[in-house]
Amino acid sequence: MPEQGIEAQLRLQRGAFRLDAHLQLPANGISVLLGRSGSGKTTLLRAIAGLERAEGFLQVGGQLWQDATCFRPPHQRSLGYVRQASELLPHLDVRANLEFGYRRIPRARRRLGLDEVIALFGLEDLLDQRAEWLPNGPRQRVAIACALLTSPDLLLLDAPLICLDRHSRAQILPALEQLRGQLRIPLLYVTHSQDEVTRLADHLILLDKGKTFASGPPGRLLSDPRLPLNHPDEAAVVLIGQVEHHDPHYRLSTVRVPGGTLSVSLSRLPPGAETRVRIFARDVSLSLDPPHNSSILNILRVRIADLFHEQDSARVMVRLDLDSACILARITRLSADRLGLAPGLQVYAQIKSVALME
Amino acid sequence: MPLSEHDLAAIRLTLELASLTTVLLLVVGTPIAWWLARTRSRLKGAIGAVVALPLVLPPTVLGFYLLVTMGPHGPIGQLTQFLGLGTLPFTFAGLVVASVFYSLPFVVQPLQNAFEAIGERPLEVASTLRAGPWDTFFTVVVPLARPGFITAAILGFAHTVGEFGVVLMIGGNIPEKTRTVAVQIFDHVEAMEYAQAHWLAGGMVLFSFLVLFALYSSRRFKAGLS
Repeated sequence: MPEQGIEAQLRLQRGAFRLDAHLQLPANGISVLLGRSGSGKTTLLRAIAGLERAEGFLQVGGQLWQDATCFRPPHQRSLGYVRQASELLPHLDVRANLEFGYRRIPRARRRLGLDEVIALFGLEDLLDQRAEWLPNGPRQRVAIACALLTSPDLLLLDAPLICLDRHSRAQILPALEQLRGQLRIPLLYVTHSQDEVTRLADHLILLDKGKTFASGPPGRLLSDPRLPLNHPDEAAVVLIGQVEHHDPHYRLSTVRVPGGTLSVSLSRLPPGAETRVRIFARDVSLSLDPPHNSSILNILRVRIADLFHEQDSARVMVRLDLDSACILARITRLSADRLGLAPGLQVYAQIKSVALME
Repeated sequence: MPLSEHDLAAIRLTLELASLTTVLLLVVGTPIAWWLARTRSRLKGAIGAVVALPLVLPPTVLGFYLLVTMGPHGPIGQLTQFLGLGTLPFTFAGLVVASVFYSLPFVVQPLQNAFEAIGERPLEVASTLRAGPWDTFFTVVVPLARPGFITAAILGFAHTVGEFGVVLMIGGNIPEKTRTVAVQIFDHVEAMEYAQAHWLAGGMVLFSFLVLFALYSSRRFKAGLS
């Protein structure tokens, strides 16, 4: 079982495009690769899979996949690769597709059973269908299942939900979330979707013009206003917390996050379970004194980390330190000056709304 | 009995020659077609042109050069003599070798088209599902290219049955050894035995029609499906 994670330095030139990626990813959990289209996300995944011959160094779970002297071809890399337009083997039915990779793995190295994966992705009724005639949604479920059945040490997912409708997404996302807890392998996931980032990401890598320029826990990266991730109006931070208790009478749950607790609408998860909440910068206001008699339930004591002025704008973005995370507040420059906000100052953050990401 | 003993021997010989040639052509033609379909080498154009030469050259030109290279002073002739096999011209083995060259484009081109139509994707999918190159070839490429293999085998077989010039140049006209149906018809006509010639020639027309009919109708069938 890989405990050493992924280490990669891959360089590749394709015409005018140059990939120069440095990765250091945790041994399990979902690492999300984020970047504009054309930033080289797919090329990077293909280089990791060995489908593009990059120069450099790649090590996965303590195994050397390539360096200056050796290059393992794709079939000798223990990985699963799911593409945007899911590709199956067109001459086989769904069952034969699932068995194709599964049969090529020695019995002792199999970590997931055929029936288990078929049930997880709800494929029971599709098994006898020809792969080439499946619609997109079921096809993508089969493609992910095929990749998992090779019991890979690394799963690469290239925007697997991008071509799917809402209904198909709703079938696949929970399965992916379940896998995150169940499989102790790293997933490298490419997406453009803010929603997928907040639901899935344990680790975030930002790619721009072929270069990896930031990497870290999503809370920290998403709260860095200098990163061109979002429009300032949409800037949001995701906090990972734990359900503490439920109040069925008022239909609220308490979630412990770094630096305090938050009241959210009633969660379906049991107390103790890990959950994620999203806080938009536009929903956070600041006050120097503890607010009394306010309708706002969620008030956290925070310290100002820094302020970012937006050009030609009435507003500033304020980054607020919680114990081990941060949130953002987007307020007017006038208020910031009136309150005398400066880095280091203790203030109270009033959070108008907290969205539970379940 | 409209067919003489010699006619039947010629038919038997022709079928043996065509069958053996077809098997050899699939063995030789598959790697050539695969290479042509996949390579980015600058040699692709040159090799493709060489393979296609028999399509445009008069069979006598091909036969002449094969005769020279396989003869006692040619490089292939020297090799076969060195190996204690004697020389190939005017033997059945020589006919087989000549037929393989002559019918090569009829096997390579359908295979190359079939391989190109498969594209890169299924191969990449198979490789990320742990199938090595040989494994992928036999479990993915061959099934996907099956119509191409069938077309190649039929065209290779039919074209070998129909060859005349090369057979005459390389094989001479030796009964039971190198006298194929096409040559036998020529002999009948030379000897003014038109009735005999009719039976064989008519048989060839019918055979060729049936082969091509099968080929074209199965293609239309496939096209209608997809």
